[in-house]
Amino acid sequence: MRLLKLIPDDTNLDFLRWRNVAIAISTLLIIASIALIAVRGLNFGVDFAGGQVVRTTFAQPPELDKLREDVTALGLGDPSVSEFGSPREISIRLPLPEGGEGGANAAASKVRQALQQKYPGVRIDAVDTVSGKVSEELIWDGALALLLSAIGIVIYIWIRFEWQFGVGAMFSLFHDVTLTLGFFALTQMEFDLNVVAALLTLIGYSLNDTIVIYDRVRENLRKYRKMDIVSLLNLSMNETLSRTVATNFAMLLALGSLMILGPSVIQSFTTALLISVIVGTYSTVYIAAPWLVWLKVDSDSFLPKNNTTTSGGERMTSHNEGY
Amino acid sequence: MLDFPRWKIWATTLACLFGIALAVPSFFPESVVAKWPSFVPRSQINLGLDLAGGSHLLLEGDTSDVAKQRLDQMEDIMRSELRRAKIEVGDMSTAGGRLSFLVRNPAQVDGVREIANNQTQPVALTGQRTFNVEVVDGSRMVLTPTQSGIAEALDNAMKTAREVVYNRVDPEGTKEVTVIRQGKDRILVQVPGLQDPEGLKALLGKTARLEFKMVDQNASPDQVAQGRAPVGSQVLPMAGGGRIAVLRRAMVNGDQLVDAQQTFDQNNQPVVSIRFDGRGSKAFARVTQQNVNKPFAIVLDNVVLSAPNIQEPILGGQANISGSFTVQSATDLAIQLRSGKLPVELKVIEERTVGPDLGKDSIRKAVIAGIVGTVGILLFMWLTYGRFGLYANIALVLNVIVILGIMAPFATLTLPGIAGFVLTVGAAVDANVIINERIREEHRRGRRVMDAVQHGYDEARTAIFDANITNVIAGLLLYYFGSGPVKGFAVVMMIGIATSVFTAVTVTRMFVSLWLRKRPTELRI
Repeated sequence: MRLLKLIPDDTNLDFLRWRNVAIAISTLLIIASIALIAVRGLNFGVDFAGGQVVRTTFAQPPELDKLREDVTALGLGDPSVSEFGSPREISIRLPLPEGGEGGANAAASKVRQALQQKYPGVRIDAVDTVSGKVSEELIWDGALALLLSAIGIVIYIWIRFEWQFGVGAMFSLFHDVTLTLGFFALTQMEFDLNVVAALLTLIGYSLNDTIVIYDRVRENLRKYRKMDIVSLLNLSMNETLSRTVATNFAMLLALGSLMILGPSVIQSFTTALLISVIVGTYSTVYIAAPWLVWLKVDSDSFLPKNNTTTSGGERMTSHNEGY
Repeated sequence: MLDFPRWKIWATTLACLFGIALAVPSFFPESVVAKWPSFVPRSQINLGLDLAGGSHLLLEGDTSDVAKQRLDQMEDIMRSELRRAKIEVGDMSTAGGRLSFLVRNPAQVDGVREIANNQTQPVALTGQRTFNVEVVDGSRMVLTPTQSGIAEALDNAMKTAREVVYNRVDPEGTKEVTVIRQGKDRILVQVPGLQDPEGLKALLGKTARLEFKMVDQNASPDQVAQGRAPVGSQVLPMAGGGRIAVLRRAMVNGDQLVDAQQTFDQNNQPVVSIRFDGRGSKAFARVTQQNVNKPFAIVLDNVVLSAPNIQEPILGGQANISGSFTVQSATDLAIQLRSGKLPVELKVIEERTVGPDLGKDSIRKAVIAGIVGTVGILLFMWLTYGRFGLYANIALVLNVIVILGIMAPFATLTLPGIAGFVLTVGAAVDANVIINERIREEHRRGRRVMDAVQHGYDEARTAIFDANITNVIAGLLLYYFGSGPVKGFAVVMMIGIATSVFTAVTVTRMFVSLWLRKRPTELRI
């Protein structure tokens, strides 16, 4: 039996040749993402916006407009009615009532009764009520977790490799998180707690790729003292290319089946992860690696140091232009 | 060398078998597992509410209340202590969150300070006392609650509240409810299987402070209508409408109850029958003896339920509370009274309810997706790496089983947790991909079989290590800051990282070294 090879042996692709084009595109995408987040905003779920959401499964796909009217008639504020997963699965979202929590209880009961009366066979799958206070804390905790884990990981990379690698990892993280947020702003997919979990996973996962390639760069820097950095990075990426492709293919198999066959409740979660796998792989090659060129990494960085400050500030000031 | 000594083979095999053994119960129905002998592992994987169905309520205590109650209590104590010592004071107030009053006779200031000091307690570990006692302008005493005193009172109140909540949610102690404190002033309640939490919320929504107070017959109806009461009395609303004046001092209160049950009175109306403890019985007997033919008020949470006349002294410590009850509301009140009063008012600030069908649906879909994804990956690994792919696949399946096994006794599987599972499967193969690609590469460079494999494992180690550490950092923060189901995801992820390094590196190495003993000359990878 011949073994499957997604990537031929001894590839010699000049990845970094396009680094300036790539960085221009990435910068544009980042600006576009930030603009989208600022202008359209994220479609916060009840976790972060507060409010009440009732998830239901109908016996027959209901007419959304009529359903919206029926719920509006209950006088509980402006409902938003949307499909998720299949036409029979509908989520009804209501604002938090004025009367505090007591009001919220009554609202859920009213919706339950009204639906069961007008749509026989309807199933109430889940009711979530989150007060404004809790939702604010959830946002804050989520943001803090993202920030701290990013800082933690960058510091770890800085310690294990060199400061230039830390900077590269930081920019690639920023790129990945921003673009994923931009995607959520663009599609207005619901942004809930699960997406934050996905973003945190993204931080760990997107750096998986980065670290595997950085590891190879470190090894090659020690091995080929005289090779210029661009060729060395290209070599490292070609050497690890079949690994990159194989692993990401395996991830796509796992996430793809989860997205197509998995429960619709975690769809936003799998979507976020799927995007992160794609964006994360791209950013390793075109964000994390080029920064090593711009920050002048060379084999000296991994030599035993006589003077601990040599790899630090001096080089920063003496070279500014690209390689 | 890729030397894998015999003891290591044994250790690895035993570790795997142990993990598998832990996982086994989760694959059988609960009824079957219950019959197993106790020396085999019997804990099954615990499903989170989002999979098992049920209600999750996050309650927050109104803590401003605690500080105020404590100050009022201090005022009461000081008043009665000073009365006993026959010291005259005036201008007593609790404005501004502190108790202050004037001592009429300046010569008694030191004595009053002594009395006040005796009423404060040290707060453990802080060196502070519950109140600071000061003398201002020579004759004004000021008692200011200290921060640690308030914190301690709050903590005690929430501790009691947790117990009360537990007793109300699960009076018989038969359901698998979770009632835990969260943070300073919150209580998390999880009730598996509960579909409509309205009843539960009604049960928790009342503090259930029961008091028996004499009706103030001296108050004029005009005054009461205006909401004004004579000194020492207060005007309270009646449950059926209207208002009534009662004495401030309670004759007996709900703290002295030993039992409360819903029953029916002679007119077949639902009532709550209560029984007092020894002290309560005596107090109740004394007061009813002294006040025959006078009305007394049954007050619940500052609402008068009813104000019947005392027809005869009640000596047995048993009484019925009537009011316009339904069977349900009487049962609720009985539970509330049995569980004691809540020291703070609790508000529901977060509520999540999942129906049982959605959970089953989710599990089914997630399991299908997991199997399809895993089979795809197994096939891919086998086709790509041949023998080495098969080793990786054994490790992968083992990994999934061991994660389940480790989770069964400790952790809860949630929906994002299942996603974490699938993700772990994807990430776990990464370690094997790195190793196998490296072996392939070393072999291509002309190394012999043994050498290539050796180098493959050695050189891959740092990359695998660093990559997993970053995931652990993310996982830890996810666990620390995540809430509910997200925590479940972090748990699966971290367990998965630990087990995957073991299975993907150690276990495959064992297989590879066993194969290498045959001295293969050809390496197909």
